[in-house]
Amino acid sequence: MVISSTNTDSAEHLNCTFASRYVRAAVPKFKMPETSIPKEAAYQVINDELMLDGNPRLNLASFVTTWMEPECDKLIMASVNKNYVDMDEYPVTTELQNRCVNMIAHLFNAPVGDDETAIGLGTVGSSEAIMLAGLAFKRKWQQRRKAQGKPYDKPNIVTGANVQVCWEKFARYFEVELKEVKLREEYYIMDPVQAVELVDENTICVAAILGSTLTGEFEDVKLLNELLTKKNEETGWETPIHVDAASGGFIAPFLYPELEWDFRLPLVKSINVSGHKYGLVYAGVGWVVWRTKDDLPEELIFHINYLGTDQPTFTLNFSKGSSQIIAQYYQFIRLGFEGYKHIMENCMESTRVLREGLEKMGRFKIVSKDVGVPLVAFSLKDSSKHTVFELSENLRRFGWIIPAYTMPPNAEKIAVLRVVVREDFSRNLAERLLSNIEEVLKEIDTLPSRLSTKAAHVTATINETQDGKFPKKSETETLEEVTRQWKRFVDGRRTGAC
Amino acid sequence: MVLSKTASESDVSIHSTFASRYVRNSLPRFQMPDNSIPKEAAYQIINDELMLDGNPRLNLASFVTTWMEPECDKLMMAAINKNYVDMDEYPVTTELQNRCVNMIARLFNAPLEESEAAVGVGTVGSSEAIMLAGLAFKRKWQNKRKAEGKPYDKPNIVTGANVQVCWEKFARYFEVELKEVKLREGYYVMDPVKAVEMVDENTICVAAILGSTLNGEFEDVKLLNDLLLEKNKQTGWDTPIHVDAASGGFIAPFLYPELEWDFRLPLVKSINVSGHKYGLVYAGIGWVIWRSKEDLPDELIFHINYLGADQPTFTLNFSKGSSQVIAQYYQLIRLGWEGYRNVMENCHENAMVLKEGLEKTGCFNIVSKDDGVPLVAFSLKDNKRYNEFEVAEMLRRFGWIVPAYTMPADAQHVTVLRVVVREDFSRTLAERLVLDITKVLHELDSLPAKLSVTCEQKNGKNGTVVKKTVMETQREVTDYWKKFVLERKTNKNTIC
Repeated sequence: MVISSTNTDSAEHLNCTFASRYVRAAVPKFKMPETSIPKEAAYQVINDELMLDGNPRLNLASFVTTWMEPECDKLIMASVNKNYVDMDEYPVTTELQNRCVNMIAHLFNAPVGDDETAIGLGTVGSSEAIMLAGLAFKRKWQQRRKAQGKPYDKPNIVTGANVQVCWEKFARYFEVELKEVKLREEYYIMDPVQAVELVDENTICVAAILGSTLTGEFEDVKLLNELLTKKNEETGWETPIHVDAASGGFIAPFLYPELEWDFRLPLVKSINVSGHKYGLVYAGVGWVVWRTKDDLPEELIFHINYLGTDQPTFTLNFSKGSSQIIAQYYQFIRLGFEGYKHIMENCMESTRVLREGLEKMGRFKIVSKDVGVPLVAFSLKDSSKHTVFELSENLRRFGWIIPAYTMPPNAEKIAVLRVVVREDFSRNLAERLLSNIEEVLKEIDTLPSRLSTKAAHVTATINETQDGKFPKKSETETLEEVTRQWKRFVDGRRTGAC
Repeated sequence: MVLSKTASESDVSIHSTFASRYVRNSLPRFQMPDNSIPKEAAYQIINDELMLDGNPRLNLASFVTTWMEPECDKLMMAAINKNYVDMDEYPVTTELQNRCVNMIARLFNAPLEESEAAVGVGTVGSSEAIMLAGLAFKRKWQNKRKAEGKPYDKPNIVTGANVQVCWEKFARYFEVELKEVKLREGYYVMDPVKAVEMVDENTICVAAILGSTLNGEFEDVKLLNDLLLEKNKQTGWDTPIHVDAASGGFIAPFLYPELEWDFRLPLVKSINVSGHKYGLVYAGIGWVIWRSKEDLPDELIFHINYLGADQPTFTLNFSKGSSQVIAQYYQLIRLGWEGYRNVMENCHENAMVLKEGLEKTGCFNIVSKDDGVPLVAFSLKDNKRYNEFEVAEMLRRFGWIVPAYTMPADAQHVTVLRVVVREDFSRTLAERLVLDITKVLHELDSLPAKLSVTCEQKNGKNGTVVKKTVMETQREVTDYWKKFVLERKTNKNTIC
């Protein structure tokens, strides 16, 4: 641990880091350095470079929690050296996970008795949770088909084109065909009618999203359930539903308790939710809950013994930290139902302030709905001169990180900006953001449109190369072109920090 | 965030936690509680219950790091709210990951130019790393078979029966057949000769382990490479090798630099290593490196745009913390080559101290080798009176967590205890452990043999009434109670 190296520099231990040679040397990028350096130097050098990362709390692109109470930070730090998978060695931590699973299952109205243990587990995030749920569906479907003597080599899954990338990963890595219901302008989620039409005998499940990443909308799981129940009656295929409630799972029960989207609907067999989104925990924890034991095939569960005792394991990851699980339990008992409800209500209030402020500017079209995840997705009414991508770049100057992106097929010509309102985004910040957006709009209005500049540059190049000779340009034209190029160059340098 | 609740109970702000009603209520287990409680109470209650977990630093079952320098803790805490996957928002953190990949690739002698970017990725652990590597092999093999017009529906992978469970998971979840080379008594790793025999046209790769979980041994990857090269020449199947260096990847380069096990061997196409084992970082980080771009099929990489800019992603997990990646970089530049070597040498030295101490008791067979991961696996010479599981149970009373387990097929009759020597297991602790083990042996020796008691019971159960003397009955009763009390004392840690 303490490295004793022959001290060629006798003043080494006296120099403060910034007086030492460590800040003169280039930091290693390709090869491990030969020698050790003092821990203070290592800390300082890394800490300083990290200052150039974005500020997580101003990262309005992310749904993932960026603030927790100091008491929880204490608990997190105290358990950072606990390897979660050592169930036998850390039984209390394992117990805390089980309690969380029980609570979440009850929150989702799983048909479990008051003192019954629910079926579910903690994962690193919704990606892992979805892969496990998908695996369970695939295996159940294969078993059913084998029993019926039918082919089981072409499983597919029906979702909307608005799914988060982890569904596409699941499909590609686990060799399941992805049948996507295309979106259309003004309708950016999965249409239940079209989804049910796509279902065939090879469909292992239909995945609905509660809280679409693109616009925050909740898909109509109840309607999907009804239509699918009817189809199942006709076909006898028993196609089940999975609800990807990554964002919505910790919002709907508190803000929209009457909305039926969970295990109250009989075809819903598993649900995943991100503890690190509106579960209000730092990145690194997700949850998947199954309706009953039957929905999780026993053959997928492994039992190992080399950590000391029999240990069942059904996760993709093995060793991982315990901190986030403990933090999740902390949040559950610290906040309780009323705490979560207050926080979600506050988020919706800030969202409303933001939305109304944007509408008042008259330049934006609000794409997100009022009901759903607390976020505001908006596009420019007129994007012929400037695009949302420019807006996003310019807002970075103030420190805000707001993503701009295009919709998936068939709505690719729509580009939106999206601001996610998390627990720690207060009304003050909302108002400040609004004033910054106004400033930026004023600024870019005065700038020439980049789109036409690009076109001009392209035509100029084409003219040059096609003719083989250089067209005669007036001095002003050349000057203008040069200025435009440099302006673009400077803009590009300013906004892309790497 | 702060809730304003009418303080009908003056409880909330005035009473210390242990004076308040919060410690009188039982903690919720099944349903979320309706009301909030003060954060101090929440902290205290959870913290207190967690006191009953084992002490991570005395958990000698685990290879995973349990101590880091305070400066590193500071960096980790500062980065705890950074979602690693937001590459566009946190470009420096992403850059740090890339630097780690570059350094580790060169540690493994990947064929790279001086400033060339290596092909690899940080993962949550070796499990994810192995699944990604396996996926790459599976896809490459399928593409090859499709091009040859041959069937590609029955892929298999050849490994030893000593593999860690994640290989079995990979096989089962990704529908690849696992062909295991069975172990035998005295030989607890994969036999390269047998492994190569099992390779057929459907084999997507052969997986060798550098640092077997069971006894820390390094498998002979060089021999495997040589034999497989020959077979490949005869068959033309091009079967590659993957090295699971979860433990050994951060040991071999420092302690055994001449040992050829990595990309120096031409058939090795990918390697995984756990940053959180001998990479000296807390749980939650692994690395997988590919030899070259060709070994990672492009079709497995996804590109997304809804976080703002184009982002390539090839991991199973998406959102996760950034702390461990930053901690890994800290360790690599803080310790450097000499630092890691010093740590590994210390670990090796302490493992030898432990091994010699155990040998001196005269009661144990040492099952692990001297070379390999610094750990000591040992079994009782005579386990008729008491077995390894009982030794493990009794050690818990002293706070030590030492696992006992049986070997996999075909050596299931062999039971071992295993102590993993991590960075923070100093010589003092090693000596204390030997002392405590000696104490435990004494105690177990003084207990009456269980066998005779069971015999008496059996006789009775056969229907014949065995007349017992008063002494015998008394002794039986005392023995029973003694065992009962002992069990209560040792099972203190198994509270659920």
